[in-house]
Amino acid sequence: MNQAYAVTAVAAVVLATLLIGGLGLRISRTTSDFYVASRTVNPGLNAAAISGEYLSAASFLGIAGLVLLQGPDMLWYPVGYTAGYLVLLVLVAAPLRRSGAYTLSDFAEARLESAAARRIASLFVVGIGWLYLLPQLQGAGLTLEILTGAPGWAGGVIVALVVAGAVAAGGMRSITFVQAFQYWLKLTALLVPALFLIAAWTGDDAPRARFDAPAVLREHTEVRIDDTVRIELDRPLTLTVSGSVDGQEHHGRALTLAEGGHRVGAGTVLGLPAGARVPTRVTSEADPASWSQPLSAGDGHGLYATYGLILATFLGTMGLPHVAVRFYTSPDGRAARRTILAVLGMVGVFYLLPPVYGALGRIYAPELALTGDADAAVLVLPERIIGGTAGELLGALLAAGAFAAFLSTASGLTMSVAGVISQDVLPSRGVRHFRLATLLAMAVPLAVSVVATHVPVADAVGLAFAVSASSFCPLLVLGIWWRRLTPPGAVAGLIVGGGSALTAVMATRAGIAPEGWAHTLMAWPAVWSVPLGFLTMIAVSLATARRLPPGVDATLARLHLPEDLTGRHRPEGPERPEGAGR
Amino acid sequence: MTGTAIAALTAAGLVLLVAGVLLGRVLERRAAGPDLDLGTPVERATFHTLHTASLAAPPLRAGLTEDTARKAVRRLRPLLGTEALCLADRRSVLAWDGPGRDHHEQLVMARVAQMLDSGRSQSVQSECEDPQCPLRWAVIAPLTGEEGVLGALVAHGSRESAVLVRAATEVARWVSVQLELAELDRSRTRLIEAEIRALRAQISPHFIFNSLAAIASFVRTDPERARELLLEFADFTRYSFRRHGEFTTLADELRSIEQYLALAGARFGDRLKLTLQIAPEVLPVALPFLCLQPLVENAVKHGLEDSPGVCRITIAAQDAGAEAMVTIEDSGVGMDPAVLRRILAGERTGSSGIGLSNVDERLRQVYGDDHGLVIETGVGAGMKITVRVPKYRAGVHSSPGCRGPGGAD
Repeated sequence: MNQAYAVTAVAAVVLATLLIGGLGLRISRTTSDFYVASRTVNPGLNAAAISGEYLSAASFLGIAGLVLLQGPDMLWYPVGYTAGYLVLLVLVAAPLRRSGAYTLSDFAEARLESAAARRIASLFVVGIGWLYLLPQLQGAGLTLEILTGAPGWAGGVIVALVVAGAVAAGGMRSITFVQAFQYWLKLTALLVPALFLIAAWTGDDAPRARFDAPAVLREHTEVRIDDTVRIELDRPLTLTVSGSVDGQEHHGRALTLAEGGHRVGAGTVLGLPAGARVPTRVTSEADPASWSQPLSAGDGHGLYATYGLILATFLGTMGLPHVAVRFYTSPDGRAARRTILAVLGMVGVFYLLPPVYGALGRIYAPELALTGDADAAVLVLPERIIGGTAGELLGALLAAGAFAAFLSTASGLTMSVAGVISQDVLPSRGVRHFRLATLLAMAVPLAVSVVATHVPVADAVGLAFAVSASSFCPLLVLGIWWRRLTPPGAVAGLIVGGGSALTAVMATRAGIAPEGWAHTLMAWPAVWSVPLGFLTMIAVSLATARRLPPGVDATLARLHLPEDLTGRHRPEGPERPEGAGR
Repeated sequence: MTGTAIAALTAAGLVLLVAGVLLGRVLERRAAGPDLDLGTPVERATFHTLHTASLAAPPLRAGLTEDTARKAVRRLRPLLGTEALCLADRRSVLAWDGPGRDHHEQLVMARVAQMLDSGRSQSVQSECEDPQCPLRWAVIAPLTGEEGVLGALVAHGSRESAVLVRAATEVARWVSVQLELAELDRSRTRLIEAEIRALRAQISPHFIFNSLAAIASFVRTDPERARELLLEFADFTRYSFRRHGEFTTLADELRSIEQYLALAGARFGDRLKLTLQIAPEVLPVALPFLCLQPLVENAVKHGLEDSPGVCRITIAAQDAGAEAMVTIEDSGVGMDPAVLRRILAGERTGSSGIGLSNVDERLRQVYGDDHGLVIETGVGAGMKITVRVPKYRAGVHSSPGCRGPGGAD
């Protein structure tokens, strides 16, 4: 890939982000356009900003990679990521805005009138934010590695520096415009190359992707294996090997491997002939990719895991810290609802595209399944299918989009996590403390992303959704719709539901979960942890009915009544006459 | 992911969780009062009494109502160790802890009526007809406030006892102090409300006169402009004289500032240069009513009324995480910081002073002491006022005006 194009594109995105963030304020110099400058954000702009913030590396790169690896079962990811907003729209959007809360901790405090509930909620906001930031930074590392050959940690460090620097220096003074710009950039970056790729694919007699059998290589391909893997062959395969296979060194010799398992050493280059089936990568318990496997397995585990994914994504969206803070930008509850409706449309359109890349990747770049870099499918396709300068330019556009994805999600998350840290963790408040909080918010996931190895981004993000669905979904849904929720109930539910999901997720990623069903249960905790969170909240609330917050009726009235009923009285004196324009 | 990283991540998560739970526990225990105290039995009894009394104080600080009396009486009865304890206002029994409310209520109110006339505490036989009833004697002590006797505390015992009389009188006196404090709270609130009203009233004469004069100068030469200015004037006064709601939104407040500046612009013409920088995210922030407009008025006074030259006024509202930061800057005559300090301390009430100190006080009252005005100024160096408004604070809810600028509807 031509590095110059890609680096230019990435640099342009970073520059545009900083410029819009720093200068994108509404400025007026006369009283007559004062009115325009002080107008609140309309639902369309706000929806683009929410979508821009939400469509992360998991959406831009991860879904295509998972579809390439595991086929159409993975379409539940984009479906879930979108449908979460439907639940949000119906149950949460308007009441959350009317509560006046900025962060989810604010909501806990407003509804429960309890400092303890606020503290626990803050802990979960920070935890979920970090879980979500981690894959963004790792994705950035992967992208930069593919584009320029830089070491894997460099991309993450660059994104972290840009975001933390911009946020801490006050460069994100107008984050709404930045995020809205990034949404349209991401959509363009995915849509334009997709059109070219589809045209090229039709010109190629439209070969069909096969997901029920191993992918077949279309031409002779050299594959470099970066880590030691076991591969499984269902028929003998003739190939050239430079490196070690089954413990023996080979130097560019043709070799026929028998059926069954083989061990390929790190750094080996395999030359696979055209028409060969891509060997299947066998996963072991130490391999973090393994726990996404059950979804496509044919037994009961697969069905269970699918439900786990659906529950986590449907119910987890409402608890994402960077989505929740954007409700505040809407002027009232009705505008918040309209915003989410527009988000559904925008996110829905976007998610039509990644599966296209996944399917094309299965046809044109199947060896990515062997190297474990399936997340890179989106980035390498233009060069693979179209080639030449056009391919390189399209690749650069995709790289720009991918970086926009990292930057927007990471800056949104950093802002909201830093907000919570500066309010609830650091002792005193002030602009300087917000800067300190920003650095803290970014340093922890950055440190972990540098020491930790790569995990499929869409999966890693799925974990954050599972924790969010088990902690904040019960809090928000019961807090808004059930009068009898008490502070001890909410705290117990957050700790039991969210805590158990967090523990299960951590155990899975650490590889200390047992095999079999127990493993599946812990890898997809939402199925049991969400009901557990709800039940704990309800049971403990009923047991502590005396602790009902005193202002609960007023709070619920404010959450559910439209603003013009609760707050607006007719003004004294006549209204301004119609047509009294300025 | 490598094993070490995973271990570190897991450990960090667990430590955070455990730390949070422990912190909550510790704070809770501190609130409930530890029993691992080392004093003598007498000291312990004293501490216990003081603690019980302190628990009864918060409800009473809200004044004497049925709800607060019910909460307080539960705490007070253990303090006296009586069979039944009752709090009454001048007309009826508000709360009764212990048995016998059914047939004693009438008797008690008759006694209270007598006591209200005399204003002294009494110890009387309860004259109960039920021989099983443990309430044989009643001590009735007055609860006094600034405006005389507010009600009575009635303690029932099974026999006549000087200790009970003494204890009931002391508790009644303590309750009276709490009620006086409640009255003090209320009058402080009333004072602040009065200051807001004064602030509104203060805008009018001076500003109304100048505005009308400026408008009048346009009536012949540019009737259309005169009409527009009159409409701005109407909108501005409607907002400023709004009667309901302590809080408004930044968008509404900026709208009122726009109208104010349009009128000031008509008066000062080209001398007023204006720059406005708004991050639209912070427009829905709720903030105390009329807390920015006086600052702009102050800038206009310093920049235009007190100096003959051109003045640039810059108003910026920025997003800073969980806060909104509003700055109002003018290139006017500035002020001696020592004078300013005296104005903010309330020692000197100059013509521009009341606006600044009132805004400062209200911000501190609503958001705490670290959210007061930050003013940078010097003689001849202009003035820059920074206000930091938290996006959320419990109890701060805007009641939107009738014309939210550019709202969705």
